Amino acid sequence: MYETNGEKYFIVDGHLHFWDASPANWVKGQEQYAKGWIECFHAYQGLGPPETHWTIEKFQKYSEADFVKDVFEEGYVDVGIFQSTYLKQWYTDGFNTLEKNAALMEKYPDKLRANGRWDPREGEVGLKQLEEDAKRYGLKGVKLYTAEWRNGSRGWTLKQPEAQFFLEKCQELGIKNIHVHKGPTIWPLDKDAFDVSDVDFAATSFPELNFIVEHVGLPRIEDLCFMATQEPNVYAGLGVVIGGLMHARPRFFAKVMGELLFWVGEDKMLFGSDYAIWEPKWQIEGFVDWDYPDDQYSDYPAVTTATRKKILGLNAAKLYGIEVPQELQLPDEAGTPAAKDDAQLVGGAT
Amino acid sequence: MSIRARVLDALATVHDPELDEPITSLRFVSACDVSADGDVEVRLRLPTPQCAPNFAYLMAADARDAVRRLPEVREVTIRLDDHYTAEEINAAVGRGAGFDEAFPGETRGDLDALRELFQRKALIARQARQCEALLAAGATAEAVTARRVADLPDEPDTRRCLELRERLGIAHEPAAPAFVRPDGEPIAADDLRRWLRTASLVRMSLEVNGGICRSLLQVRHGLSNPEEVAA
Repeated sequence: MYETNGEKYFIVDGHLHFWDASPANWVKGQEQYAKGWIECFHAYQGLGPPETHWTIEKFQKYSEADFVKDVFEEGYVDVGIFQSTYLKQWYTDGFNTLEKNAALMEKYPDKLRANGRWDPREGEVGLKQLEEDAKRYGLKGVKLYTAEWRNGSRGWTLKQPEAQFFLEKCQELGIKNIHVHKGPTIWPLDKDAFDVSDVDFAATSFPELNFIVEHVGLPRIEDLCFMATQEPNVYAGLGVVIGGLMHARPRFFAKVMGELLFWVGEDKMLFGSDYAIWEPKWQIEGFVDWDYPDDQYSDYPAVTTATRKKILGLNAAKLYGIEVPQELQLPDEAGTPAAKDDAQLVGGAT
Repeated sequence: MSIRARVLDALATVHDPELDEPITSLRFVSACDVSADGDVEVRLRLPTPQCAPNFAYLMAADARDAVRRLPEVREVTIRLDDHYTAEEINAAVGRGAGFDEAFPGETRGDLDALRELFQRKALIARQARQCEALLAAGATAEAVTARRVADLPDEPDTRRCLELRERLGIAHEPAAPAFVRPDGEPIAADDLRRWLRTASLVRMSLEVNGGICRSLLQVRHGLSNPEEVAA
């Protein structure tokens, strides 16, 4: 919980990691990729305020004590959601697997949830594993990384037939929240790997599931925005937006927030620190104080205290069935609808 | 003008297909060496080792083509550094091979469709920037949409828009409408505000991506702080 100026904010951090990217965990022969991956994330951390930067050694592997301090003690997080990311092609024990996340979750059962994962290229074995994971960890969500490399394949899409079996299985198992993380590769390689039209396809086929597009589809924010106006079950995960832009490029940040509030709407935007890329503390403090810098942005929807409360926790609490103490809830009200009419043009726009 | 200066000018015509900005102003060209005999070696670096292989290939191949067009240049070597698929891309570009030969079995076609998709986005984004400026200066929607190509100011956005229109097969002669949809249809006055709502979003997306790329390159290579270009 974060309290300032007499307002109390219930915080759900929708995007946490507890990873091990240290050299001891690099797969032999894949060191270049394992090293490049974590160094790239470390560069992203460089977009936050200088006093929050870590050394690469700490960034490769941080302790449970670091996590508890950064997320719970200093980071105001009431409930955090792990987005398990495997990358076993590069990291021997995985980058941050469900098992590893669950071990921490068991120590802090009230404060942590862990999402599972699946990969349609794993077929029957993968479906079985998903069932076991769902049973064992009570999964309410999964995180999918479509750019994951596997046995010579550089990625997959939610449109492929095998993915439909996994989505059906999610529905059957009550795994309602599908977080999709787009990356730079896919099969076939001549397609735009960041394209989110496969999420659109899945969201239409599975209206009872929620699709949270991580880092707001960056670098395809425009496609996410267009899609969110058409698909009521598509949400925007704000990882990278607050961490990567609020400090480094504040005017861009204002524009991105304005466009997201207009197209996606404040009821469908979810805070995620992307820890340990960025610590939640400065992001939450900064976002609560944030508003458009000047009247150049007056065409965008206003940012109110309710907007901030929804984005920082209440929206995610709804998706995950997390109980919010009465004093931290908002009075019932209608949300701001996204700009559906304006999106009608979109088919011809791009 | 030295050969090296001409090579750099040629590289400045190569655009990052996704951001629609010259690879030189994005600081993707990290070195450019010309030997006494006119052999050229250009080194490229991208914001991250994981930048999409298709766009990385296009920049390397376009750089090679642009430099090879200079008559005074002999051998041209393009080297993409510090990238997950640098080996495949460097080998293919070095022998003038296509993307499908760089990644056999991993593609279904060439990159023309991908390039065209992003040329459309780039045209929308640049037109949005020009329309926004006109409206901000007090022009009415009627005045903006009545403009012809000949009325556009002589500035980089205009030159690039006309280049993109030519490549997309959209009329771009002086009497053609100044602002068009990607299918070449002019934008009607009463539709301008609605069109601009989506076009400005595309513009924002391209500019923000450029900003993130610049920030990452700056952090990874310890470059001096580039100016923020957001309006």
